[in-house]
Amino acid sequence: MAFIDFSKREIQCKIVYYGPGRGGKTTNLLYIHKAMTENVRGKMVSIDTKGDRTLFFDFLPLSLGSIHNMSIKIQLYTVPGQVMYNASRKLVLKGVDGVVFVADSLRVRRANNLESLANLEENLRGENLDMTRIPLVLQYNKRDLADGEIPLMTIEELDEDLNSQLHVPSFPGSAIKGTGVFETLREISKITVKQVHEKLLKR
Amino acid sequence: MDLVLSKRDIEEMYKCISENLVREGADCVLLIDRAANLIVNCGNPMTLDVVSLAALSAANFGATAEIARIIGEEEFSLLFHKGRHENIHFTSVGENYILITLFGKEVSLGLIRLKVEKTIKKLQEILQRVES
Repeated sequence: MAFIDFSKREIQCKIVYYGPGRGGKTTNLLYIHKAMTENVRGKMVSIDTKGDRTLFFDFLPLSLGSIHNMSIKIQLYTVPGQVMYNASRKLVLKGVDGVVFVADSLRVRRANNLESLANLEENLRGENLDMTRIPLVLQYNKRDLADGEIPLMTIEELDEDLNSQLHVPSFPGSAIKGTGVFETLREISKITVKQVHEKLLKR
Repeated sequence: MDLVLSKRDIEEMYKCISENLVREGADCVLLIDRAANLIVNCGNPMTLDVVSLAALSAANFGATAEIARIIGEEEFSLLFHKGRHENIHFTSVGENYILITLFGKEVSLGLIRLKVEKTIKKLQEILQRVES
């Protein structure tokens, strides 16, 4: 649910990074936090983190310039990826305006990607949202491992698995090195703000 | 559902919160939605990180709603955390919004609860008008 405040001339949108556990959602946010200047980003909040798993969510507010004299505030969230934390994922999805699905390129995680995408569809439906209509971008993470010995899915295979029906923008990425992180953020912000703006014009 | 508020709507809500709660001693009052968007902040929030406070409060409210469901309640409609110097009181405003009131030890919880109830009634009227 986007919030538009004409008194401050401000649009607030919520973007959620979704995907299987240990796929790199938090790493995306950490990279964005590290790379952006303080006047653009707010404070990053991570709660209930035990080891390298997110148990509830991470949160990072950003100011992304303005459109038609309205300033754009985006709030980035991650969800816990592990299957058993579905209740937390549903909570974080409340009022979502756009989703980044961070897929894990490791071949052994193929089933996890498919399961997580199906779970996203189901949880969005619970919020009366349609996965084919909500602004959605895919990121195929961990491409930096392509030269190593660990077998990765090819981009074509990932597209076939995850994007053959959705046909949404997708980016290869390496969240740990920052590759594709800003391309993903730029695209999801653009299409989310565009959709919110179009809805606003209809009113 | 998106929420679009005019300057007048915001001013009306600000006035209601200011007259009922801040004047009675609350240090800071925030109205947020369940997605953690900050709608109104009133009082003395300058020194607080209100954006983080809103995100964590919405999550806190959501998490305790799940606890409520586990014990067979639909939701806990109010939450209260007591600190050494500062207290925080959360109340749901209809289905979609949360009112967060911060107040010091010199203000009684009873007074805050009374005033919160009055404030919520008025805020609900405004929000229902905006949503329709």
